Amino acid sequence: MKAFSYERVQSPVEAVAAHRHRPAARYIAGGTNLIDLMKLEIETPTHLIDINDAGLDGIEDMPDGSIRIGALVSNTDLASDQRIRTHYPIVARSILAGASGQLRNMATVGGNLMQRTRCPYFYDLNLPCNKRNPGTGCSAMGGYSRTHAIVGIGSCICAFLGDMSVALRLLDAVVEVMRPDGAIRTVPIGNFHKAPGHGEVIDEFALETGELIVAVLLPAPLSGSFAYHKVRDRASFAFALVSVAVVLFADGSGRVALGGVGTKPWRSEEGDAALTLGAKAASEALLTNALPTEHNRYKVELTERAMAAALEDAQRVEQ
Amino acid sequence: MTASGSGFPTPGLFVSMPEDSSAAATAPDRHSGDEPACSTAIQLTVNGEDSILVVDHRTTLLDALRETLELTGAKKGCDQGQCGACTVIVNGRRIVSCLSLAVMHDGDSILTIEGIGDPQALHPMQSAFLRYDGYQCGFCTPGQICSAIAMLDEMRAGVPSGATSEIAAPPRLIAAEIRERMSGNICRCGAYSNIVDAVIDVAGGSA
Repeated sequence: MKAFSYERVQSPVEAVAAHRHRPAARYIAGGTNLIDLMKLEIETPTHLIDINDAGLDGIEDMPDGSIRIGALVSNTDLASDQRIRTHYPIVARSILAGASGQLRNMATVGGNLMQRTRCPYFYDLNLPCNKRNPGTGCSAMGGYSRTHAIVGIGSCICAFLGDMSVALRLLDAVVEVMRPDGAIRTVPIGNFHKAPGHGEVIDEFALETGELIVAVLLPAPLSGSFAYHKVRDRASFAFALVSVAVVLFADGSGRVALGGVGTKPWRSEEGDAALTLGAKAASEALLTNALPTEHNRYKVELTERAMAAALEDAQRVEQ
Repeated sequence: MTASGSGFPTPGLFVSMPEDSSAAATAPDRHSGDEPACSTAIQLTVNGEDSILVVDHRTTLLDALRETLELTGAKKGCDQGQCGACTVIVNGRRIVSCLSLAVMHDGDSILTIEGIGDPQALHPMQSAFLRYDGYQCGFCTPGQICSAIAMLDEMRAGVPSGATSEIAAPPRLIAAEIRERMSGNICRCGAYSNIVDAVIDVAGGSA
């Protein structure tokens, strides 16, 4: 790990001020992803700004019926909140489908949104990786790509493997961001994670240097039945090969979002519209421009099957 | 007491262990943003005892416990948050100490396996692991036991898991819940079924 200076701030305004003249600084909260990457020197911040005391750990009911989740609410606390379990069960379900009890105690909502790829080539400093070293190439293309994305690919084919973000995408959550000058702006979750594009530099998140996630807003609860179905290599504590979040409404319409198949949480108007026709039609609509490799071609069929399972679950449970 | 850090995998972890708390005043000010200080004095309460130590910022909580405080119960298995052998309980919550920096724990209260029990006064979870043969080589056991104790507290507090059938209802004490909640602790000897039995026994259920 490279040496760095450290400070602990007491408010988000203090946090962005601390970052303002230090582009190589990083915010740290749970640390479960950043510290791992710092050990490998994939992340080499010269300064860490510890935001754990910044007072962003509340879950508030808003006058318009939405709910505002502070960026520092732990994954455990969010999944345990009775309002979330009752009105946004898909959020609790998706969080509980990821990581381990220990990691969920540490990881925060903001950090969960910001988690980096788990591509083994990103982690291997001896190999080219456009995401780690822009312009060096993508080792996964032509490499072993069983876990990689089949849609949204460009100069990088890492799949987005998070769980919570897939549920947030389904619910049209909004990310509240503080700018370096202390002003607040909002980013729809669908724009927050970025597909890689075909350029040399890969922007993963719709954040400028020094911006800080302060909250996630969940719109007023949807009345529908939800399901989150995750397929992985072992029964617990593994990243998704494919995950499906669905909500079905009383009129037969619904929404569907995917994890594990796209370079970002994957949802489309066409996919939502096709959901009334069933899993086959919806997965075909979502994967229209799929470019699978020989190793991850199975994800096309697995998406349809996982979606069928999710639809079955949604028809059965959690009204 | 001096730093015990020979053979560290990373260089220059511990500057010193001050002999008394006055030495903390000479440590770099952690709030002075302009100073590129790379170490900070912190206070930890470990197993009920207060310690002040100066830590290189790169030091994980696990390394501070093992190498500076010489509490080697928590184990370094993967050092990547995947095996759970380093699980300790911080302010009542189980975490993996390998993915946390010691400097982030200034003022925190930490419970390690050494504070949970000893051969003369075993914690009920330790007795149950013995009784049910919940280990073979024992390397993962301190982490398993810390994890299991804090996990049962989570269940009592109503924290749901991926195995909870009704997400809004209190979790039930069944083997599927224990297995899911303990999935962050890997046992390469494969003592899982006995571990589940031990945990259920302690929790007052029947295995």
